[in-house]
Amino acid sequence: MTTTHHHHHPEELAPIEARVAAIEAVLVEKGIVDVEAIDAIVRNFEDNLGPMNGAKVVARAWTDPDYKARLLQDGTAAIADLGFGGPEGDHMVVVENTPDVHNLVVCTLCSCYPWPVLGLPPKWYKAPAYRSRAVREPRALLAEMGTVVPDDVEIRVWDSSAEIRYLVLPMRPDGTDAMTDDELANIVTRDSMIGVERL
Amino acid sequence: MDGVHDLGGLDGFGPVEHPPSEPFFAEDWERRAFRLTLAVNGALRVPGGRFRHSIERMDPAHYLGSSYYEHWLTSAATLAVESGKVTHEELEERAGGRFPISRPDRGTPPEDRTERIEPRFAVGDRVRVREWHPAGHTRAPRYVQGKRGVVVRVDGAFNVPDIEAHGGGFVRDPTYSVRFTSQELWGDGGASGETMHVDLWERYLEEDA
Repeated sequence: MTTTHHHHHPEELAPIEARVAAIEAVLVEKGIVDVEAIDAIVRNFEDNLGPMNGAKVVARAWTDPDYKARLLQDGTAAIADLGFGGPEGDHMVVVENTPDVHNLVVCTLCSCYPWPVLGLPPKWYKAPAYRSRAVREPRALLAEMGTVVPDDVEIRVWDSSAEIRYLVLPMRPDGTDAMTDDELANIVTRDSMIGVERL
Repeated sequence: MDGVHDLGGLDGFGPVEHPPSEPFFAEDWERRAFRLTLAVNGALRVPGGRFRHSIERMDPAHYLGSSYYEHWLTSAATLAVESGKVTHEELEERAGGRFPISRPDRGTPPEDRTERIEPRFAVGDRVRVREWHPAGHTRAPRYVQGKRGVVVRVDGAFNVPDIEAHGGGFVRDPTYSVRFTSQELWGDGGASGETMHVDLWERYLEEDA
Protein backbone atom coordinates (compact mmCIF):
# COMPACT_ATOMS: atom_id res chain seq x y z
CA MET A 1 0.00 0.00 0.00
CA THR A 2 1.24 3.45 -0.79
CA THR A 3 0.75 6.39 1.52
CA THR A 4 -1.95 7.64 -0.82
CA HIS A 5 -4.29 4.99 0.50
CA HIS A 6 -3.95 6.29 4.06
CA HIS A 7 -4.77 9.80 3.04
CA HIS A 8 -8.30 10.88 3.83
CA HIS A 9 -9.49 13.25 1.18
CA PRO A 10 -11.41 16.23 2.50
CA GLU A 11 -15.11 16.01 1.79
CA GLU A 12 -15.55 19.63 0.86
CA LEU A 13 -14.38 20.53 -2.64
CA ALA A 14 -11.85 23.36 -2.56
CA PRO A 15 -13.03 26.35 -4.62
CA ILE A 16 -11.48 26.51 -8.08
CA GLU A 17 -9.53 29.68 -7.26
CA ALA A 18 -8.06 27.97 -4.18
CA ARG A 19 -7.05 24.93 -6.21
CA VAL A 20 -5.31 27.05 -8.83
CA ALA A 21 -3.52 29.11 -6.19
CA ALA A 22 -2.50 25.98 -4.26
CA ILE A 23 -0.88 24.07 -7.09
CA GLU A 24 0.79 27.19 -8.45
CA ALA A 25 2.26 27.96 -5.01
CA VAL A 26 3.47 24.41 -4.41
CA LEU A 27 5.09 24.07 -7.84
CA VAL A 28 6.75 27.48 -7.67
CA GLU A 29 8.07 26.91 -4.13
CA LYS A 30 9.60 23.62 -5.20
CA GLY A 31 11.21 25.28 -8.18
CA ILE A 32 9.41 23.01 -10.63
CA VAL A 33 7.83 25.77 -12.70
CA ASP A 34 8.56 29.42 -13.37
CA VAL A 35 5.14 30.95 -14.02
CA GLU A 36 6.52 34.46 -14.46
CA ALA A 37 8.49 33.30 -17.49
CA ILE A 38 5.33 31.76 -18.91
CA ASP A 39 3.36 34.91 -18.14
CA ALA A 40 5.12 36.76 -20.94
CA ILE A 41 4.00 34.07 -23.38
CA VAL A 42 0.41 34.33 -22.19
CA ARG A 43 0.52 38.15 -22.41
CA ASN A 44 1.83 37.86 -25.95
CA PHE A 45 -1.09 35.58 -26.83
CA GLU A 46 -3.58 37.99 -25.28
CA ASP A 47 -2.10 40.95 -27.14
CA ASN A 48 -1.58 39.37 -30.53
CA LEU A 49 -3.86 36.40 -31.19
CA GLY A 50 -7.48 36.67 -32.23
CA PRO A 51 -10.00 36.63 -35.06
CA MET A 52 -8.71 40.00 -36.29
CA ASN A 53 -5.76 38.05 -37.74
CA GLY A 54 -7.92 35.52 -39.56
CA ALA A 55 -10.07 38.40 -40.83
CA LYS A 56 -7.00 39.95 -42.51
CA VAL A 57 -6.25 36.62 -44.19
CA VAL A 58 -9.81 36.36 -45.47
CA ALA A 59 -9.94 39.96 -46.70
CA ARG A 60 -6.67 39.49 -48.58
CA ALA A 61 -7.96 36.30 -50.18
CA TRP A 62 -11.09 38.14 -51.32
CA THR A 63 -9.15 40.91 -53.06
CA ASP A 64 -6.05 39.07 -54.31
CA PRO A 65 -6.72 35.98 -56.47
CA ASP A 66 -3.06 34.91 -56.42
CA TYR A 67 -2.99 35.07 -52.63
CA LYS A 68 -6.23 33.10 -52.44
CA ALA A 69 -4.79 30.40 -54.69
CA ARG A 70 -1.70 30.13 -52.49
CA LEU A 71 -3.83 30.15 -49.33
CA LEU A 72 -5.85 27.19 -50.53
CA GLN A 73 -2.73 25.41 -51.77
CA ASP A 74 -0.52 25.95 -48.69
CA GLY A 75 -2.42 27.60 -45.87
CA THR A 76 0.48 27.67 -43.41
CA ALA A 77 2.82 29.50 -45.81
CA ALA A 78 0.23 31.99 -47.06
CA ILE A 79 -0.85 32.82 -43.50
CA ALA A 80 2.80 33.24 -42.51
CA ASP A 81 3.14 35.79 -45.36
CA LEU A 82 0.82 38.05 -43.34
CA GLY A 83 2.88 37.48 -40.19
CA PHE A 84 0.76 34.87 -38.41
CA GLY A 85 1.95 31.51 -37.14
CA GLY A 86 3.05 29.58 -34.07
CA PRO A 87 1.58 27.00 -31.71
CA GLU A 88 -1.67 25.45 -32.96
CA GLY A 89 -1.08 27.04 -36.34
CA ASP A 90 1.93 25.17 -37.66
CA HIS A 91 -0.11 23.08 -40.11
CA MET A 92 -2.99 25.07 -41.53
CA VAL A 93 -5.58 24.00 -44.07
CA VAL A 94 -8.00 26.60 -45.40
CA VAL A 95 -11.35 25.31 -46.67
CA GLU A 96 -13.33 27.49 -49.06
CA ASN A 97 -17.06 28.09 -48.95
CA THR A 98 -18.69 28.22 -52.40
CA PRO A 99 -22.29 28.44 -53.63
CA ASP A 100 -22.34 24.61 -53.44
CA VAL A 101 -20.29 23.88 -50.32
CA HIS A 102 -20.40 25.13 -46.73
CA ASN A 103 -17.57 24.14 -44.36
CA LEU A 104 -17.75 23.71 -40.60
CA VAL A 105 -14.87 23.09 -38.17
CA VAL A 106 -15.06 21.13 -34.91
CA CYS A 107 -12.84 19.14 -32.56
CA THR A 108 -14.96 16.30 -31.19
CA LEU A 109 -12.18 14.90 -28.94
CA CYS A 110 -10.95 18.10 -27.26
CA SER A 111 -10.57 21.70 -28.37
CA CYS A 112 -8.16 21.93 -31.33
CA TYR A 113 -8.42 25.40 -32.87
CA PRO A 114 -6.13 27.62 -34.99
CA TRP A 115 -4.76 29.94 -32.28
CA PRO A 116 -2.65 32.29 -34.46
CA VAL A 117 -5.57 33.28 -36.69
CA LEU A 118 -8.56 32.94 -34.33
CA GLY A 119 -7.14 33.18 -30.78
CA LEU A 120 -8.19 30.76 -28.07
CA PRO A 121 -11.44 28.89 -28.73
CA PRO A 122 -14.71 30.29 -27.37
CA LYS A 123 -16.39 28.37 -24.56
CA TRP A 124 -19.14 26.90 -26.74
CA TYR A 125 -16.58 25.45 -29.18
CA LYS A 126 -15.11 23.38 -26.31
CA ALA A 127 -18.47 22.40 -24.80
CA PRO A 128 -20.18 19.01 -25.28
CA ALA A 129 -23.24 20.32 -27.17
CA TYR A 130 -21.24 21.69 -30.10
CA ARG A 131 -18.68 18.87 -30.18
CA SER A 132 -21.31 16.13 -30.13
CA ARG A 133 -23.78 17.60 -32.61
CA ALA A 134 -21.55 19.14 -35.28
CA VAL A 135 -20.76 15.72 -36.76
CA ARG A 136 -24.19 14.22 -36.19
CA GLU A 137 -26.64 16.86 -37.43
CA PRO A 138 -24.67 19.87 -38.70
CA ARG A 139 -27.47 21.38 -40.80
CA ALA A 140 -29.97 21.25 -37.95
CA LEU A 141 -27.38 22.56 -35.49
CA LEU A 142 -26.45 25.48 -37.74
CA ALA A 143 -30.11 26.39 -38.30
CA GLU A 144 -30.60 26.38 -34.55
CA MET A 145 -27.62 28.71 -34.22
CA GLY A 146 -29.23 31.09 -36.70
CA THR A 147 -27.44 29.99 -39.86
CA VAL A 148 -29.67 28.37 -42.43
CA VAL A 149 -27.68 26.45 -45.04
CA PRO A 150 -29.93 25.68 -48.02
CA ASP A 151 -30.64 21.98 -48.58
CA ASP A 152 -28.86 21.99 -51.95
CA VAL A 153 -25.60 23.18 -50.36
CA GLU A 154 -23.34 20.36 -49.17
CA ILE A 155 -22.09 20.72 -45.60
CA ARG A 156 -18.53 19.51 -45.08
CA VAL A 157 -17.57 19.06 -41.45
CA TRP A 158 -13.86 18.97 -40.55
CA ASP A 159 -12.99 17.24 -37.27
CA SER A 160 -9.54 18.49 -36.19
CA SER A 161 -8.48 15.14 -34.77
CA ALA A 162 -4.77 15.20 -35.73
CA GLU A 163 -2.22 17.98 -36.38
CA ILE A 164 -4.02 20.06 -39.02
CA ARG A 165 -5.86 23.18 -37.88
CA TYR A 166 -8.64 24.53 -40.10
CA LEU A 167 -9.78 27.99 -41.14
CA VAL A 168 -12.96 28.51 -43.18
CA LEU A 169 -12.74 31.01 -46.03
CA PRO A 170 -16.25 32.49 -46.13
CA MET A 171 -17.84 33.73 -49.36
CA ARG A 172 -17.45 37.44 -49.97
CA PRO A 173 -20.82 39.12 -49.41
CA ASP A 174 -22.51 41.00 -52.25
CA GLY A 175 -22.26 44.78 -52.23
CA THR A 176 -18.70 44.89 -50.92
CA ASP A 177 -16.91 45.67 -54.19
CA ALA A 178 -15.93 49.18 -53.14
CA MET A 179 -14.51 48.18 -49.77
CA THR A 180 -10.82 48.33 -48.90
CA ASP A 181 -9.01 45.35 -47.34
CA ASP A 182 -9.36 46.96 -43.89
CA GLU A 183 -13.08 47.51 -44.36
CA LEU A 184 -13.52 43.95 -45.56
CA ALA A 185 -11.59 42.59 -42.57
CA ASN A 186 -14.02 44.43 -40.30
CA ILE A 187 -17.00 42.47 -41.61
CA VAL A 188 -15.35 39.06 -41.20
CA THR A 189 -16.50 37.45 -37.95
CA ARG A 190 -14.92 34.74 -35.81
CA ASP A 191 -17.98 32.55 -36.31
CA SER A 192 -17.80 32.82 -40.11
CA MET A 193 -14.24 31.48 -40.00
CA ILE A 194 -15.34 28.50 -37.87
CA GLY A 195 -18.27 27.99 -40.23
CA VAL A 196 -21.16 28.52 -37.82
CA GLU A 197 -22.14 31.75 -39.61
CA ARG A 198 -22.55 32.83 -43.24
CA LEU A 199 -21.75 36.45 -44.05
CA MET B 1 -10.25 4.99 -24.51
CA ASP B 2 -13.96 5.20 -25.15
CA GLY B 3 -14.21 8.04 -22.67
CA VAL B 4 -16.76 10.73 -22.15
CA HIS B 5 -14.44 13.17 -23.98
CA ASP B 6 -15.13 11.25 -27.21
CA LEU B 7 -18.29 13.22 -27.87
CA GLY B 8 -18.94 12.89 -31.62
CA GLY B 9 -22.57 11.91 -32.15
CA LEU B 10 -23.71 11.74 -28.52
CA ASP B 11 -27.19 13.07 -27.87
CA GLY B 12 -28.76 15.12 -25.14
CA PHE B 13 -26.53 18.14 -24.60
CA GLY B 14 -29.07 20.68 -25.81
CA PRO B 15 -28.58 23.95 -27.68
CA VAL B 16 -25.32 25.79 -28.33
CA GLU B 17 -25.24 29.31 -26.90
CA HIS B 18 -22.77 31.34 -28.89
CA PRO B 19 -22.17 34.98 -27.98
CA PRO B 20 -20.47 36.82 -30.87
CA SER B 21 -17.31 37.45 -28.85
CA GLU B 22 -15.74 36.49 -25.55
CA PRO B 23 -12.94 37.92 -23.44
CA PHE B 24 -9.63 36.11 -23.96
CA PHE B 25 -10.06 34.75 -20.42
CA ALA B 26 -13.40 35.19 -18.65
CA GLU B 27 -11.91 35.02 -15.15
CA ASP B 28 -8.47 35.46 -13.67
CA TRP B 29 -8.27 31.84 -12.45
CA GLU B 30 -8.73 30.66 -16.06
CA ARG B 31 -5.73 32.68 -17.12
CA ARG B 32 -3.73 31.24 -14.22
CA ALA B 33 -4.83 27.69 -15.06
CA PHE B 34 -3.83 28.21 -18.70
CA ARG B 35 -0.43 29.61 -17.69
CA LEU B 36 0.10 26.82 -15.18
CA THR B 37 -0.70 24.15 -17.75
CA LEU B 38 1.82 25.58 -20.22
CA ALA B 39 4.38 25.69 -17.40
CA VAL B 40 3.76 22.12 -16.20
CA ASN B 41 3.72 20.66 -19.71
CA GLY B 42 7.01 22.41 -20.42
CA ALA B 43 8.74 21.61 -17.12
CA LEU B 44 7.71 17.94 -17.12
CA ARG B 45 8.17 17.56 -20.90
CA VAL B 46 4.66 16.28 -21.33
CA PRO B 47 3.89 15.13 -24.90
CA GLY B 48 0.60 16.36 -26.35
CA GLY B 49 -0.92 12.90 -26.24
CA ARG B 50 -0.11 12.48 -22.57
CA PHE B 51 -1.55 15.92 -21.77
CA ARG B 52 -4.80 15.13 -23.57
CA HIS B 53 -5.04 11.72 -21.96
CA SER B 54 -4.62 13.19 -18.49
CA ILE B 55 -7.88 15.05 -19.16
CA GLU B 56 -9.57 12.03 -20.74
CA ARG B 57 -8.90 10.10 -17.51
CA MET B 58 -10.99 12.52 -15.43
CA ASP B 59 -14.00 11.04 -13.70
CA PRO B 60 -16.77 11.34 -16.34
CA ALA B 61 -19.11 13.25 -14.05
CA HIS B 62 -16.32 15.69 -13.18
CA TYR B 63 -15.42 16.08 -16.87
CA LEU B 64 -18.97 16.91 -17.92
CA GLY B 65 -19.69 19.02 -14.86
CA SER B 66 -16.64 21.25 -15.04
CA SER B 67 -15.52 23.99 -17.37
CA TYR B 68 -12.70 23.74 -19.84
CA TYR B 69 -9.97 25.36 -17.78
CA GLU B 70 -10.88 23.17 -14.83
CA HIS B 71 -9.96 20.27 -17.14
CA TRP B 72 -6.59 21.91 -17.67
CA LEU B 73 -6.12 22.50 -13.95
CA THR B 74 -6.98 18.86 -13.24
CA SER B 75 -4.47 17.79 -15.87
CA ALA B 76 -1.71 19.90 -14.31
CA ALA B 77 -2.44 18.48 -10.84
CA THR B 78 -2.60 14.91 -12.13
CA LEU B 79 0.65 15.15 -14.07
CA ALA B 80 2.43 16.88 -11.18
CA VAL B 81 1.34 14.17 -8.74
CA GLU B 82 2.20 11.37 -11.18
CA SER B 83 5.66 12.88 -11.68
CA GLY B 84 6.32 12.23 -7.98
CA LYS B 85 7.39 15.82 -7.41
CA VAL B 86 4.33 16.70 -5.35
CA THR B 87 1.75 14.65 -3.50
CA HIS B 88 -2.00 14.80 -3.74
CA GLU B 89 -2.09 15.43 0.02
CA GLU B 90 0.11 18.50 -0.33
CA LEU B 91 -2.22 19.96 -2.93
CA GLU B 92 -5.36 19.31 -0.87
CA GLU B 93 -3.77 20.65 2.29
CA ARG B 94 -2.73 23.82 0.56
CA ALA B 95 -6.08 24.23 -1.21
CA GLY B 96 -7.97 23.68 2.03
CA GLY B 97 -10.32 21.10 0.56
CA ARG B 98 -10.79 18.31 -1.94
CA PHE B 99 -8.72 18.67 -5.12
CA PRO B 100 -9.90 16.01 -7.60
CA ILE B 101 -7.33 14.52 -9.95
CA SER B 102 -7.77 12.08 -12.83
CA ARG B 103 -7.96 8.31 -12.60
CA PRO B 104 -4.79 6.22 -13.12
CA ASP B 105 -3.47 5.67 -16.63
CA ARG B 106 -4.58 2.22 -17.82
CA GLY B 107 -3.05 2.55 -21.27
CA THR B 108 0.08 0.96 -22.67
CA PRO B 109 1.89 1.94 -25.85
CA PRO B 110 0.89 -0.15 -28.88
CA GLU B 111 3.30 -2.97 -29.77
CA ASP B 112 3.91 -1.72 -33.29
CA ARG B 113 6.28 1.21 -32.88
CA THR B 114 7.67 1.18 -36.39
CA GLU B 115 8.17 4.63 -37.84
CA ARG B 116 6.67 5.17 -41.28
CA ILE B 117 7.10 8.32 -43.32
CA GLU B 118 6.06 7.36 -46.86
CA PRO B 119 2.27 7.36 -47.15
CA ARG B 120 0.73 4.02 -48.07
CA PHE B 121 -2.56 5.55 -49.20
CA ALA B 122 -3.28 8.22 -51.82
CA VAL B 123 -6.12 10.66 -52.42
CA GLY B 124 -9.15 8.72 -53.64
CA ASP B 125 -8.25 5.48 -51.87
CA ARG B 126 -11.06 3.74 -50.03
CA VAL B 127 -10.16 2.92 -46.44
CA ARG B 128 -11.76 1.43 -43.35
CA VAL B 129 -10.93 2.60 -39.85
CA ARG B 130 -9.73 -0.25 -37.66
CA GLU B 131 -11.80 -1.04 -34.61
CA TRP B 132 -9.92 -1.71 -31.41
CA HIS B 133 -11.14 0.56 -28.61
CA PRO B 134 -7.88 0.81 -26.64
CA ALA B 135 -7.73 1.31 -22.87
CA GLY B 136 -5.36 4.23 -23.39
CA HIS B 137 -5.12 7.30 -25.58
CA THR B 138 -6.05 7.39 -29.24
CA ARG B 139 -7.13 10.02 -31.75
CA ALA B 140 -9.40 7.66 -33.65
CA PRO B 141 -12.82 8.83 -32.46
CA ARG B 142 -15.31 6.10 -31.58
CA TYR B 143 -17.80 7.40 -34.14
CA VAL B 144 -15.50 6.47 -37.05
CA GLN B 145 -13.97 3.21 -35.76
CA GLY B 146 -15.05 0.41 -38.10
CA LYS B 147 -16.40 2.91 -40.67
CA ARG B 148 -15.54 3.21 -44.35
CA GLY B 149 -14.40 6.39 -46.05
CA VAL B 150 -12.27 7.93 -48.79
CA VAL B 151 -8.90 9.66 -48.42
CA VAL B 152 -9.25 13.32 -49.47
CA ARG B 153 -5.88 14.69 -48.32
CA VAL B 154 -2.42 13.38 -47.38
CA ASP B 155 -0.84 15.53 -44.65
CA GLY B 156 2.65 14.22 -43.93
CA ALA B 157 3.95 12.25 -40.96
CA PHE B 158 3.45 13.21 -37.31
CA ASN B 159 4.14 11.60 -33.93
CA VAL B 160 1.61 8.90 -33.10
CA PRO B 161 -0.31 10.13 -30.03
CA ASP B 162 -1.19 6.59 -28.88
CA ILE B 163 2.54 5.90 -28.47
CA GLU B 164 3.76 9.20 -27.00
CA ALA B 165 0.90 9.30 -24.49
CA HIS B 166 2.14 6.16 -22.72
CA GLY B 167 5.89 6.60 -22.66
CA GLY B 168 6.56 4.85 -25.94
CA GLY B 169 8.60 7.68 -27.43
CA PHE B 170 8.15 9.69 -30.60
CA VAL B 171 7.28 7.59 -33.62
CA ARG B 172 5.91 9.17 -36.77
CA ASP B 173 3.24 7.87 -39.06
CA PRO B 174 1.56 9.54 -42.06
CA THR B 175 -1.78 11.24 -41.46
CA TYR B 176 -4.76 11.65 -43.76
CA SER B 177 -8.06 13.45 -43.95
CA VAL B 178 -10.73 10.82 -44.56
CA ARG B 179 -14.24 11.66 -45.80
CA PHE B 180 -17.25 9.74 -44.46
CA THR B 181 -20.85 10.05 -45.57
CA SER B 182 -23.40 10.83 -42.91
CA GLN B 183 -25.20 7.56 -43.71
CA GLU B 184 -22.00 5.55 -43.22
CA LEU B 185 -21.64 7.02 -39.74
CA TRP B 186 -25.26 7.24 -38.64
CA GLY B 187 -27.05 4.68 -40.78
CA ASP B 188 -30.70 5.42 -41.46
CA GLY B 189 -30.39 8.42 -39.15
CA GLY B 190 -27.85 10.03 -41.48
CA ALA B 191 -28.59 12.92 -43.82
CA SER B 192 -27.86 13.50 -47.50
CA GLY B 193 -25.58 16.38 -48.36
CA GLU B 194 -23.56 16.18 -45.15
CA THR B 195 -20.04 14.73 -45.07
CA MET B 196 -17.65 14.39 -42.15
CA HIS B 197 -13.88 14.57 -42.50
CA VAL B 198 -11.69 13.12 -39.79
CA ASP B 199 -7.89 13.37 -39.62
CA LEU B 200 -6.40 9.95 -38.93
CA TRP B 201 -2.98 8.36 -38.52
CA GLU B 202 -2.11 5.66 -41.06
CA ARG B 203 -2.01 2.89 -38.46
CA TYR B 204 -5.66 3.55 -37.69
CA LEU B 205 -6.56 2.63 -41.27
CA GLU B 206 -6.74 -0.44 -43.45
CA GLU B 207 -7.46 -0.86 -47.12
CA ASP B 208 -11.18 -1.21 -47.85
CA ALA B 209 -11.06 -4.01 -50.38
